[in-house]
Amino acid sequence: MATDAPPAIELREVSKAFGDLRVLDEVSLAIPAGHGFCILGRSGTGKSVMLKHIIGLMTPDAGHVLVEGRDITGLSSRALSPIRQRIGFLFQNAALFDSITVGENVAFPLRRHTTLPDEEIRARAAALLAQVGLERDFDKMPADLSGGMRKRAGLARAMALEPSILLADEPSAGLDPVTAAEIDALLVELKHGSQTTLVVVTHNIPSARAIGDELLFLHEGRVLARGTADALDRNEHAMVREFMGSTGSG
Amino acid sequence: MPGLILPLLATAGDAALFAGRAVREAFRPPFELRETLRQLFELGCKSAPLIAVSGFAIGVVLSMHTRASLARFGAEALIPAGLAIALVRETGPLTAGLLLAGRIGAGIGAELGAMKVTEQIDALEASAVDSFKYLVVTRVVACVIALPLLTSLMNFTGMMGGFAAETSITGIPLGAYLAQAFSLIEFSDLIPSTLKTAVFGFIIAVVASYLGTTTSSGTEGVGQASTRSVVTGSIMLIVANVILVRIIFFFYPA
Repeated sequence: MATDAPPAIELREVSKAFGDLRVLDEVSLAIPAGHGFCILGRSGTGKSVMLKHIIGLMTPDAGHVLVEGRDITGLSSRALSPIRQRIGFLFQNAALFDSITVGENVAFPLRRHTTLPDEEIRARAAALLAQVGLERDFDKMPADLSGGMRKRAGLARAMALEPSILLADEPSAGLDPVTAAEIDALLVELKHGSQTTLVVVTHNIPSARAIGDELLFLHEGRVLARGTADALDRNEHAMVREFMGSTGSG
Repeated sequence: MPGLILPLLATAGDAALFAGRAVREAFRPPFELRETLRQLFELGCKSAPLIAVSGFAIGVVLSMHTRASLARFGAEALIPAGLAIALVRETGPLTAGLLLAGRIGAGIGAELGAMKVTEQIDALEASAVDSFKYLVVTRVVACVIALPLLTSLMNFTGMMGGFAAETSITGIPLGAYLAQAFSLIEFSDLIPSTLKTAVFGFIIAVVASYLGTTTSSGTEGVGQASTRSVVTGSIMLIVANVILVRIIFFFYPA
């Protein structure tokens, strides 16, 4: 990997507030391409907000967001389109389109952004669903799936365009330990096999240890700690050490 | 008092910008033709039974009332023409508009509201799809096209309802009934009043889309968006109708 390549993602003094509540407070970070990066922290500390800034769903009140070297701050939906095609996003509640089948959800990005024939699109969507263990659920409606299955279908949709960056908001929340481990393995495989940059928000410390080359601990909108899992185990802040010592999967 | 007025003005301004954006984006590619056709089917074709049945019933009732009034003056021969003018000029367009403000307005408000609170609109954006063009512009265009067509359907079934009522009493054949009905109808009766419903369609779709896509507060917010879409859309439609009728009279004096 070229050392002078820009980081896959860079935040420069990004701040965001909702009313009086400051959710991100001058957060700066750079995530190298191909890295697994996990964002930890208690609920409501700005983790999901940070992910939404990276894909341009939210605009910072101050600061800049760069994706693969390009400043995306304040870009219109139209201008963001080519960048977003290189980013997959798994939402916390999967956010599947509930008026179309699970298979068509996964096929949706392919239909929108490729010129592949219908058969090829359906075959690719089926293969992606098989990767997340939903090969028999192509024709089901999202409402017919359990929460965990919806999450896996959301992951399949996020991977559809073979993104160079995958953002995942609590990918293992609500999953049983076996399925959660399978999802972790899939994400690790993506990182190693396709050199996909992973940015994962999680409360699941075993997942963070498995996926993350680097972990970041957010607290009250600021970066409280950052480093490898081992470094965070020995962090000076008791809250970080306590968090790292937990086995919560939630 | 300013605490009430200022947010109201801010919302009105925001909604006006939203409407302006809908017009602007409707003429900019990509045109989302497939989704527009799907919306035309969902919002237009699926409303046809409601409009057809309502139109027929209104035609029957209007015919009975017209007969009761005109019979006093021995002017029963004017019943078909009187019904046709009443239907085509005002009753058809306004009734179709209000019925569709209920069916379509509630549907769009609830659907987009639910998509907002479940992050499906964000998911569209994350999939590199312009959610405004895909969700809002397609619905607005579909409504602008569907309303005049559905109004024409209501006018037609209304006439058929009137014929059914008349022929059951007098035995008048369809050809003679229609000839009498259209004897007093002019271009200025039919076309402007039918085309004004395109404006109704724009109002219904823009109001419901605006309220749907700005929904918050979860499921409760979705219900509120749906209700407010119907109420606000209906009121704006009635007010717009007054202005449009005035404009029509200006260009085509009675």
